[in-house]
Amino acid sequence: MDSWLQLAIDLALILVLIAGVAQFRDRKRARSGNFTAALALMSALGILLYRYPVLEPAVVFGALVAGAAVAGLVAVRVRMIHMPALVAFQNGAGGLAASIVSLVEMERAGLDPAVVNVGVGILGLVLGAVTFAGSMTAAGKLSGFLRQRPTVMPGHAVVLAGTVLATFALGALAAVGISVPAWLPAVMIAPALLAGVAIAVRVGGADMPVLISFFNAGTGLAAAFCGVVVQNSFLIACGAMVGASGTILTHAMCRAMNRSIVKVLAGGDVIPAARMPGFDESAGAAGEPRRREDDRRSLRAALSAVRDAGSVIIVPGYGMALAQAQADVVKLADRLEKLGKTVSFAIHPVAGRMPGHMNVLLAEAGADYEKLKQMDEINPIFKETDLALVVGACDVVNPAAIHVEDTPISGMPILLAYEAAHVVICNLDESPGYSGVDNPLYTASNAILLWGDAKASIGQLLESLGISDSR
Amino acid sequence: MNDLLLLAVIFAFSFVAGYFLILRVPTQLHTPLMSMTNAVSGVTLLGALLLFAARMDTLHRTLSLAAVILATFNVAGGFAVTDRMLKFFRKEGKMPQPGGALERRDDLKAPSQSASDNP
Repeated sequence: MDSWLQLAIDLALILVLIAGVAQFRDRKRARSGNFTAALALMSALGILLYRYPVLEPAVVFGALVAGAAVAGLVAVRVRMIHMPALVAFQNGAGGLAASIVSLVEMERAGLDPAVVNVGVGILGLVLGAVTFAGSMTAAGKLSGFLRQRPTVMPGHAVVLAGTVLATFALGALAAVGISVPAWLPAVMIAPALLAGVAIAVRVGGADMPVLISFFNAGTGLAAAFCGVVVQNSFLIACGAMVGASGTILTHAMCRAMNRSIVKVLAGGDVIPAARMPGFDESAGAAGEPRRREDDRRSLRAALSAVRDAGSVIIVPGYGMALAQAQADVVKLADRLEKLGKTVSFAIHPVAGRMPGHMNVLLAEAGADYEKLKQMDEINPIFKETDLALVVGACDVVNPAAIHVEDTPISGMPILLAYEAAHVVICNLDESPGYSGVDNPLYTASNAILLWGDAKASIGQLLESLGISDSR
Repeated sequence: MNDLLLLAVIFAFSFVAGYFLILRVPTQLHTPLMSMTNAVSGVTLLGALLLFAARMDTLHRTLSLAAVILATFNVAGGFAVTDRMLKFFRKEGKMPQPGGALERRDDLKAPSQSASDNP
């Protein structure tokens, strides 16, 4: 009887959670959706504490306050460019928690299959540890503590394959009721941690959105497994929903790069720039020193292109975020609109370091949501547009993805910026993007190149359009 | 309740419901979406608290306490930062009006000033 009551309560809470997630379909209700989801979790927490009082309330309460206080401080202070690192870090914390709970619950039950589901427990333990190590590695890469380029560890494939096989073998043994030695689950943590690091170090730069989505799904599943171990259906539902969300985002990111998840995680097909067809190493590396005269001429050309344009599409990339230029870009967009031009932003799904990253950066800077256009929506409009303004983006506007075969980005959907009458490019330098593929757009006849700090370039454009307070 | 089948059904139902709801989330909201679901995945906090309903040895007690802190960090931080992000998206889409322009410029300055306080 008691358990039926618990089930009814859990189902009600699951419906509240679903209601919260459902509100994310509409951006005006998303904030209340977030609140609704938080409410579902808080209610579950309150009911759980009421039904199963903790033995040491002071200690547990202290831990809750400490965790929440640190979390609150970080959440208030973090800047939007660091969101991917924060999400990865939080995700790692959740993964470790799932791992610990699975381990402690299994060991407390003496790994007795009659009391606790050891097979699922081992899956939860290992998956939690993998996502913890992987997410923390990703967070380290994103915040610059670790090398950003993809790295291959010695014995990479062995560690990965060995961990996966051992986990499933152990899980299967436990599932059919063969008893597992008491020390084994705890020992599994070590290879799981290694495997997490092995997955994450192989991925870098523009592939990070895939990696983060992947670990997001992983923590969700780890939480769901953990829910089976502690027999809590609300926990399972939450984990399943996060798993679904992470799966969708991983798929969306892979599709936006025309790559499979296996290829991204294996990191095999990022070819060094020097080996790219049609790439002359000496020209890229040594190049002619830039002349000031050329720079001035391009600035004049860019200015007249901006002045004459009736319609402008701005294409932001991660370089805009690195240059901290988003506030100035939004200011420029507002200024252009005041001059009677139509302005919109073209956002590639994988621009930035996590799904939707560019939108958050621009929204923080005050950009109008209705002007943030997704790729499918904006691509047909480029050819009727007078000016495409590329700010810190390279691969996502690289026509080589369409016209050149056998490059890492061949077949990747791109923003068709090159179809605009003029293309002004505010990038740091002419080096290729993360993929290492040379960008033919840089030598196109309709392209005007403003090399250098994007914030400075945008500032110059703003200044000449008559905004005095451009920083 | 102890029925594994029931738990599997709940898992499948939530996964499918979540899948079809989240497919409809506009790409512009993908970062807040991920941040919110990330907070939800910290629900292992419930599992960690359940552990404290019974006696444990010191090692397990320490581990569980760490799990409580980590999961709380995940849940609280996730929801808080999602709320902060979604505030940006609530701004009504409006053309900058002559009167409103000043206000808007202040909006732009505020975050960059607080940001410069950070080292």
